Amino acid sequence: MPVAHTVSAYDDELRWLVRRLSEMGGIGEGMVADSVQALVNADMALAQRVISEDLLLDVAEREIYDRAVLIIAKRQPMAQDLREIIGSIRIASDLERVGDLGKNIAKRVIAVHTMAQPKKLVRGLEHLAELALTQLKEVLDAFATRSPELATSIRERDEEIDAIYTSLFRELLTYMMEDPRNITACTHLLFCAKNIERIGDHATNIAETVYYVATGDQMSSDRPKDDDTANVIATSPGD
Amino acid sequence: MTELPLPVKAAKVNARNVQVYYGQNHAIKDVNIDIPSESVTAFIGPSGCGKSTFLRCLNRMNDTIVGCRVEGRIEIDGEDIYDRRVDPVQLRAKVGMVFQKPNPFPKSIYDNVAYGPKIHGLTRTKAELDEVVEQSLHKAALWNEVKDRLAAPGTGLSGGQQQRLCIARAIATSPEVLLMDEPCSALDPIATAQVEELISELRNQYTVIIVTHSMQQAARVSQRTAMFHMGIVVEEGPTDKMFTNPDDRRTQDYITGRFG
Repeated sequence: MPVAHTVSAYDDELRWLVRRLSEMGGIGEGMVADSVQALVNADMALAQRVISEDLLLDVAEREIYDRAVLIIAKRQPMAQDLREIIGSIRIASDLERVGDLGKNIAKRVIAVHTMAQPKKLVRGLEHLAELALTQLKEVLDAFATRSPELATSIRERDEEIDAIYTSLFRELLTYMMEDPRNITACTHLLFCAKNIERIGDHATNIAETVYYVATGDQMSSDRPKDDDTANVIATSPGD
Repeated sequence: MTELPLPVKAAKVNARNVQVYYGQNHAIKDVNIDIPSESVTAFIGPSGCGKSTFLRCLNRMNDTIVGCRVEGRIEIDGEDIYDRRVDPVQLRAKVGMVFQKPNPFPKSIYDNVAYGPKIHGLTRTKAELDEVVEQSLHKAALWNEVKDRLAAPGTGLSGGQQQRLCIARAIATSPEVLLMDEPCSALDPIATAQVEELISELRNQYTVIIVTHSMQQAARVSQRTAMFHMGIVVEEGPTDKMFTNPDDRRTQDYITGRFG
């Protein structure tokens, strides 16, 4: 916000939104990172902590909604200010969903560890999570600096996540085909992978919102899409 | 503005290189604007930016101010309104005006509305005049409230009713352009809503130009908005864009409450 408003309380209110959102971003990032760690290390205590942290994001999202509505009612914001407020509401929703997805991964930790997992699979999942977390971290930076350039590059990189997700999907299918006893754990891992891929999508949503807040224009709608899992079919190992 | 804007289709009013001086003070600088017919155009900008001065050029109200000089060309329907052959009184019948404070004549409600048609000789019989008064009060959404007391003084009405009476008076001469200089600034929210509703109705028939200090009002009632600052038009365009994503820094700062 380059120039201050004549009414300084208005600036305070807008700053509050930004601060609360970056807190939400921090919590969401932490939850995702911890849930994947819990999964990798079979750490039940950590998983439990992630599950309980989700409440913080739910509360923060509601607070942001309430304050945003109040600001709109009180200040009748225009132009950039209005976009900031509407953008905050949207980003809060995305971050709350990121928390839900992290929590869902944490909940699956017990089920996944009923069997020993192939190292390679877990490694693949970790890599996917790293990419998604980088996206999340950078999109929060893009929001903090209102950088449309950074937002654009983040959206373009979502392709990578989709490609890795598709290859994980294939691998998990293969393991299930090999031994039906893998099915329970692999299905849970599949959901975990899907959750992480969705986190990447939320980062993309946030990138689009940041771009709109900063420029007043929508990003062009043609974005790369490499999630090819809709076309993946199982073939038995003998084929 | 060095580049002239392209003429808008079906422009009712065209202003080219308009300058206004109050003595030494150069109040309006090189204003170029096209105002489309059958639409509402809002002029916004901080106090002293020249929006009311420019509005008053459009029916030559500035002629009455000593030391005021208008240069450039203002056309309505392609005719230069500052041409020597134009009678300002006739012009003002065609270009009506509503002011900030309701200013009914100290006469009856009926006579307030009948005044314009009478002096311009627009009606021949009493029945015709009655018809014009009733129609104008209908259009101003006031008829139902005053039909039983047309002989009562206009000054006895409430503020909102007085303003609608002034609008009825302005439209009684069948103007083509209606200038409104902060028509709601002295009204309560309900009367304001009634006048805004009326402006939306009037748009179907007239070219309405409104000066307002309320950003929300400009955003609500107008289709195009021009932002004035220090005597120049810094930006002009579709209202939807002006209030969501203006191009000019000064427009952005003004509408978001950062200066002015």
